[in-house]
Parts: sequence; C-alpha cells; structure tokens
Amino acid sequence: MSTTSTDSANDAAAMTPAVATPAGGDAPQQPKQMLRERLAGLRGGDLGSLPVVVGLVVIVIVFQSLNSTFLNSFNLVNLCLQIAAVGIIATGVTLVLLLGEIDLSVGSVSGLAAAILAVLNVNEQMSPLVALLAAALGGLVIGTIHGLVFTKLGVPSFIVTLAGLLVWQGAQLQVLGSQGTINLPPRGGLQQFGRFSYLEDWQAYGLAVLLPVLFLAAKLLTRARRTRAGLPVGAVWVPVAQALLLLVVLLAIVAKLSIDRGVPWIFVVFVAILAVIEYVLRRTRYGRAVFAVGGNIEAARRAGIKVDALRTSVFAIASMLAAVGGTVAAMRLGFANQSSGAADTLINAIAAAVIGGTSLFGGRSRMYSALLGALVIGAIANGLDLLNLSSALRYIITGTVLLLAVVIDALASRGRQSSGR
Amino acid sequence: MSADVLSTEPHTPPVGTSLLSLTGIQKRFGAVRALSDVDFEVRAGEVVALIGDNGAGKSTLVKVMSGAGPADEGSYRIEGREVSIATPAAASSHGVATVFQDLAICDNLDVVANLFLGRELTRGVALDEAEMERRAVELLEQLSVKLPSVRIPMASLSGGQRQSVAIVRALLGSPKVVLLDEPTAALGVAQTAQVLNLVERLRDRGLGVVLISHNMADVMAVADRAVVLRLGRVAGRFDMADVSREQLVATITGADTNVVSERAARVAGRSPAAPTGPEGNQA
Repeated sequence: MSTTSTDSANDAAAMTPAVATPAGGDAPQQPKQMLRERLAGLRGGDLGSLPVVVGLVVIVIVFQSLNSTFLNSFNLVNLCLQIAAVGIIATGVTLVLLLGEIDLSVGSVSGLAAAILAVLNVNEQMSPLVALLAAALGGLVIGTIHGLVFTKLGVPSFIVTLAGLLVWQGAQLQVLGSQGTINLPPRGGLQQFGRFSYLEDWQAYGLAVLLPVLFLAAKLLTRARRTRAGLPVGAVWVPVAQALLLLVVLLAIVAKLSIDRGVPWIFVVFVAILAVIEYVLRRTRYGRAVFAVGGNIEAARRAGIKVDALRTSVFAIASMLAAVGGTVAAMRLGFANQSSGAADTLINAIAAAVIGGTSLFGGRSRMYSALLGALVIGAIANGLDLLNLSSALRYIITGTVLLLAVVIDALASRGRQSSGR
Repeated sequence: MSADVLSTEPHTPPVGTSLLSLTGIQKRFGAVRALSDVDFEVRAGEVVALIGDNGAGKSTLVKVMSGAGPADEGSYRIEGREVSIATPAAASSHGVATVFQDLAICDNLDVVANLFLGRELTRGVALDEAEMERRAVELLEQLSVKLPSVRIPMASLSGGQRQSVAIVRALLGSPKVVLLDEPTAALGVAQTAQVLNLVERLRDRGLGVVLISHNMADVMAVADRAVVLRLGRVAGRFDMADVSREQLVATITGADTNVVSERAARVAGRSPAAPTGPEGNQA
C-alpha cells in the first residue's frame, strides 16, 4: 500500500509539465540525470547492490590487512572453489524467496544428493554422469513433493521444508548405510572435475572477452528495438562503457587466477547456472509470473497465472539446484559422508541469497544476488580460516553479517514505503 | 491477444446500441432473495451508475455481470445475442471487463509489467519489452493518463494513478463494457477527478461503462443514467439530466415510499386554499 501522505506529492509531480510527458519510458538521457535519479533512488530506499559491494570491499580490506595471503592467487582460486556449491544452492533459495516462501531443506537435500552420487558412482559402479543425473533428478522429485504438499494441502512452506530437513537427512543416513564416509575414486571423473579441472588459458581469456561482447550486443539490440518502437533510448556510450568496464574486470580476474591454477570449472558451472536462472527470471513469462506471485498472489491468480503449478515448479527447481550444489560440494571435497550438507550449508545458502539482495518479503531480488552473497559469505569463511580463528567466531561473524543484511533489507523496505515505492 | 489491442474503434458498435442487457435476473442465497426480477441495460457510449445502499444487491449484480456469480434465472444478452456467462473468463471473452475494488496490482512490478500481466508479448521465449512498452505508452497517451514513467514500480504511484492503470489494463482486452467497482473510494479530490476524466474518455471511445458507486457527487458528475437498487429490486431509473441528488438519495434509502415522506410531500404540496387529498400528489 502506498502511503497517503505521499500521494499528493506524486500527483503534483505528475502534473508538472517537465515530467508529465505522458508515461514515456524516461530512459536516462544524460549522465547528470542518471546520477540524480540514482541518488533519488538511494534516498528512496533503492539501495541496489551498493551495500553488498561496500561490504565486500570492507571485508577484503580487513582480511588483507590481517593476513597478506588473502588476496593472493592461490587463495582466490580456493575462494572460487569454495563458493561454487553454496552459490548454486543459494540460486535455488533465491527463487523460493522471490515467492515470499522459504526452503529450509536445501542443506539436507544437498547432503542426500551427495550420498546418492557417491553410492551410485562408487558402490554401484555407475558412470559419473548417470550418478549426477540421478542425484539431480532426486532433488527434482523431492522439490515436487514439497511443492505439492505446500500447494495442495496448504501446509506452510516453513513447516513442509522443516519436515523435509529431517526426512531427507534421515534418507541421507539411510543411503550411506553403515559406511560413514564414501570416498569418490581419486582421479576418477567426479573428483577430477571438482578439484582439478580449470579453464585453459585460452578458454578463460576467451570467455573474458566473449562475455562483454555478448553483453554489449544484447544492450545494443535492445536499444535498436526501442528505437524502432519509437521509445526513448539512453546514450550509446553508456553500454559501451559498461562493457569495457566488465572486460577490464574480467581480464583482471582471469589474469589473477591464471597465476595460480586458473578459473575452476565448478565456478564456471555455478555462474552459468546463475546466468540461466537470471535470464529466465527477468526475460521470460515464467520469471515475470514468479515476481508477480511474490508481489501479489491474488493479482497473479486473476491475471490467469496458474499459481499452484508455478509455486510447485519453483520448489522443484530449488531442490534440484540444492541437489546439484550438493554433488558439486562432494566432487570438490572428494567424498560424501553423514555430515555432507549439514551444519552451516542451509544457513550459508539462505544468507548468501539475502545478503546478495533478495528480499525475504518476496517479489524483489537484485541481479546476480546469489553470486554477490556467496562471495561475501565465502570471503568471510575463507578469511577467518586463514587467521586460524575458531569456528565459534566464524559462526558469530557470519550470523552477524546475515543479520546486518536483513536489517538493511528491512530498512530499505521501510524507505521504499515512505517514498511510496 | 489480437495485434490491435489499442484500436477499439473497429469493434465498437455505434453509440446507443445495446451492449449488455439483463432481463428478469433472479438470484437467491438460500432463503434470501438477493436479486428479484432485475432488468439492466448498458448501451454503447454511456455511463450507467449502479447505486444503492449496502445490501441492496449491487455487488450481487456486478458478480452476475462479471461472471463471478452467475444468476439463477434471467437472460444475459451481449449485443442482442443471448449468452451464458458462468465464469469471469467467459465474461471477458464476451467483452465484459471488470475492475474490482482491490485492483489486483503487483506493487513490485512496473506499470508495463502490470498492464500486460498474464498476457505478456514475447519474441521467441523472451519477453518483448520494447513492444509492450510502446503499446503501453500509446494506450496511456490515448486515454491521457499521466504517469511519471511507465518503468517505475506500481508502489510509487498515487491511488488515482493506480486506479487508472487498473482501468487501462482492463481495456487491453478490447472490451465493449467496463464494470468499475467503487473506482473512487479512498481517493482524494484531485485523484478522483483524474479517474472521472478517464471514465469520460472511456465513454467517448464508445464503450459502455457501469459505475458502481456510493459517492453521489461522482455519479452526478459523470453518469448519463442511474439505476437504483433497493432490497434486491430496481427502485428507480433516472436520466441524470433531470434528477436531483435529493431524489437519488431518497430512492436509495426508500424515503420516497414511506409514510413520513408521503406526509412531507403532502404538506409541502398543500396550498392554503385548496388542500390536496390524503393520497394525493406524491409522484
């Protein structure tokens, strides 16, 4: 609900000729105007990715000053390896949070998927690919069950997935059987991929060039379409500058990582999954429906969106991504055991999604929030490890950062309300 | 979605032809007769106000028209042809669009996304944002709906702007008749004026508009005719040109048919020289 106090102000703004050009998509024309709108947005509680980027910079400065190995290539490659699994799980959590729901079972599901992978590959001698597919499919089935219980029986998602947390953890123990730990074959396909596969230099540099080119092409295509439709467009140099900036950043990252082992394949898998999900969310009817259900479920229903099917599918995708994340974790560690996916997997995944800028209130998420959030969570864990601090301190710090992120979300949401957003 | 969502002109029948007509509508809820023998008609290019006190049957009649709660008996005609309207989807496919009081808007989405919600235009699998925005801007311009931008979230718009967007969204399906349920409730003076302007523009485009309202000032301002419901029956039909606000209120409350008003009318009408008879000149 917009607050009545600001209504008249909005009306007045709409009436002034300067901004009253009927409903033109006022794309920022001038850098000054862009900056002004950005500042207005910040004041109005539209913080964008600013808090998380600032937070990340602070974390990097603190850890680098405490231990100069934090920013060396070896450690940054480790960081990429470490955040891949939690990032993939957080991507699924983002989807569920967008609906305004929660999935507490992602940790257990990831552990179960790791167990399935190990048992099928090691005990049953199945090929790595088949084992991976089976684990992912298992996640899909689990998520569908969650979704159906949630939508058809009307059980709150909190309870469904809390029950799932226990059930799937039990299933994980059952699958592992009497063996506490199953080691994946050393130098076998799975460990090979998880621990020792890095992009070749030409692949890494190729990607670093290709991505900005694709970005620019997409922007220019959009611009051309808008021009053809007679809509206002921004200056050409803006996307060009953005693409150049992206190019420089990516080249720097690749150069830095290449000094050591290079860009890990599992990190590429994470970013690719995230990119696909982002595309679906922001550029397809399905994604638009997810945002609509998260924003106003009744409106979505009246607009003809099949709300129950949509919510079930989101839970299915989230659990499948949790399963994929679990298998990635197992491949990186080289084993699956009874504590796979236990402890802080769940809280880290949710924290990553929220810290990255996905609102707990549904319907709002920043671009690539799972990546930014996973970087923050991963950098904290990594930095504390380097300092040889106890896990007690690690939990306390991670928890505090999560709380901070939620507080920022809540304050921003209050800012949005008071500025009528 | 047809390609010409914006051009209602080719589909619009000439002003004055009957678009929606209900005759002999009956609706019961258990022992309660919610509507009995109600006739109602909307013609092209007119605004018909549907007014009445709480419980008079307005909402029930709106539900009959919008397909949300079909009548037990009676005929429903669209442009003279008898139709069966049992669901909201059937109503909209016959060109009857309803804007309910709670608007059903997604605050987190922008204006374009809300306008096209559930019927997005696509190009392959991707949303065709440019085309949707072009049509949104065009339609908003045609209806002179002023918004700061079509790319800001709905939550930043005022109540009147939100109501306008909800009405414009109803128009995207090229309806012939638009039902507006209390469109000005909870709006300020300036915002009410915006919405009433929009209502007049719908009429000027040849649509039939049904305005359900409690607000006599709004009804007097934009309606061409008014149908007053009382206790599930049509208590009066008025041409707005020759009816006063007091007459409308009297009909709504039933004050024109009770003994107090009969006496008042008699006393007022009595001249000292020639007193009228007891059941005299109340009409």
